[in-house]
Amino acid sequence: MRKAVIIGAGMTPVGEHWKLALRDLAVEAVLNAMDDAGIDKVDSLYVGNMISGPFVEQENLGSLIADWAGLGNIPAVKIEAACASGGAAVQEGVKAVLSGLEDVVAVVGVEKMTDAWPNDATRYLAYAADAEWELFHGASFVALNALVMRYYMKTYGYTEEDLALFAVNAHTNGAKNPYAMFKRPIKLETVLKSPYIADPLKLFDASPVCDGAAAVIITTPEKAKELGVPKEKWVEVAGMGRAIDTINLANREDLLTLKAAKVAAERAYKMAGVEPKDIDFFEIHDAFTIMAALSLEALGVAKKGEGAKLAREGQIAIDADYPIQTMGGLKARGHPVGATGVYQTVEAVLQLRGEAPNQVPDAEVGLTQNIGGTGSNITVTVLRRV
Amino acid sequence: MSRPMQVSRYWRHFREKYRLIGGKCENGHVHFPKRPICPVCGSREIEEVELSGKGKVLSWTLVRNPPSGFEYYKPYPLALIELEEGPIVLAQLTDVDPEEIDFGMEVEVVTKKIREFEEDGIILYGYKFRPPVK
Repeated sequence: MRKAVIIGAGMTPVGEHWKLALRDLAVEAVLNAMDDAGIDKVDSLYVGNMISGPFVEQENLGSLIADWAGLGNIPAVKIEAACASGGAAVQEGVKAVLSGLEDVVAVVGVEKMTDAWPNDATRYLAYAADAEWELFHGASFVALNALVMRYYMKTYGYTEEDLALFAVNAHTNGAKNPYAMFKRPIKLETVLKSPYIADPLKLFDASPVCDGAAAVIITTPEKAKELGVPKEKWVEVAGMGRAIDTINLANREDLLTLKAAKVAAERAYKMAGVEPKDIDFFEIHDAFTIMAALSLEALGVAKKGEGAKLAREGQIAIDADYPIQTMGGLKARGHPVGATGVYQTVEAVLQLRGEAPNQVPDAEVGLTQNIGGTGSNITVTVLRRV
Repeated sequence: MSRPMQVSRYWRHFREKYRLIGGKCENGHVHFPKRPICPVCGSREIEEVELSGKGKVLSWTLVRNPPSGFEYYKPYPLALIELEEGPIVLAQLTDVDPEEIDFGMEVEVVTKKIREFEEDGIILYGYKFRPPVK
């Protein structure tokens, strides 16, 4: 079977980009990734994006971005899997390369969220939920996560403070990332004193509404050699998995198990031939602190009910056993929803090349996990230094 | 915000939303809302079943920053309710002081206005849950 390697990575800073449009952000990220790889053309483009229609009245992002990035008459499409759109786009790009149909693929994740009023943004994000049985009743995405958070705290005896530690860790790491939206560390009290947005979930338990784009270039080792891309730049996509769960949170078999992440991780581990203990760092989907806890459990890093314990025991810091969110995660880097999975990939590439501002020493294998919906659509990807 | 002229879209679910009609497969698995295929055993033999509307609060939250269209109602409590027949339902709680909501609190279904669209728009009704009226 063919192998897939990432040979280029690029991104824009995450933030409130009042002066930039969706296309500006996406084009900048694509060109950065192509420049990083030292190439001037690609065979196809996959765009990870969740809600460009409601946010900026623009669909057909394949055409828009390939056109404006000057990529010529290539195939280009948008991939949508709610907040996991970026992770799914990366995996579609890898699949195209592995299949042999395409040799050099560009993947960009982009989202432009700050052109909408806040309550409209809240509504659009809830489009990832079940429109008839969740949004109909006034459920915001934050509210659905809050329901899980309260149930988790009650079931396992955790406090708001326990979960707040995930936010503190993310900000500690994000402070060193020049591309992060929030480049400052925060104290535990800051999280605890922040206002409730859906009790018991507070403002600082949640990732921000923001704009951003990130991109990667994927090819085969043979082609990378032919293109003259130095081997130090290669990062292998060693394993990947993807799965869904019920779209409606109320229909879950177990509210506190991210079954989709579990299934996706098992596939990714198997394909890469690794176990959780072999992973040097984890870029997980901490859109809300509760999701960080549940993700660690679903990925097999912590036992069921013990995800939050890892934060309490200090095991998630850069120099600990299970570093997570090495560049700030969704919480501090920011969560431009459809772009997030590609940001995670870019950050993992930087770690594995040894170029990260917050370097995990001797990182050889990294994992990215991208969640769409309230755990309803999840991608897990294992990346390895070549 | 979405346009208000969507009568058929909401009308097609009025039986579920007014009478809490779910599905029960040939093997006795009950689910809500009714699906074409039983989520437990995959059976396609599903009959309609009207749920009792009695249940207990499994988890709850207070929505302070609502999606557009619900600003007028904020803050409002939203809960996961485990019905006595087994299925879990997401719904707003009503006629209750948020401070009094607790795990396992008994509730019953009641038909209420869910949302009103502006000007010429339709008014949506559906189930909410409240502490039982004695």
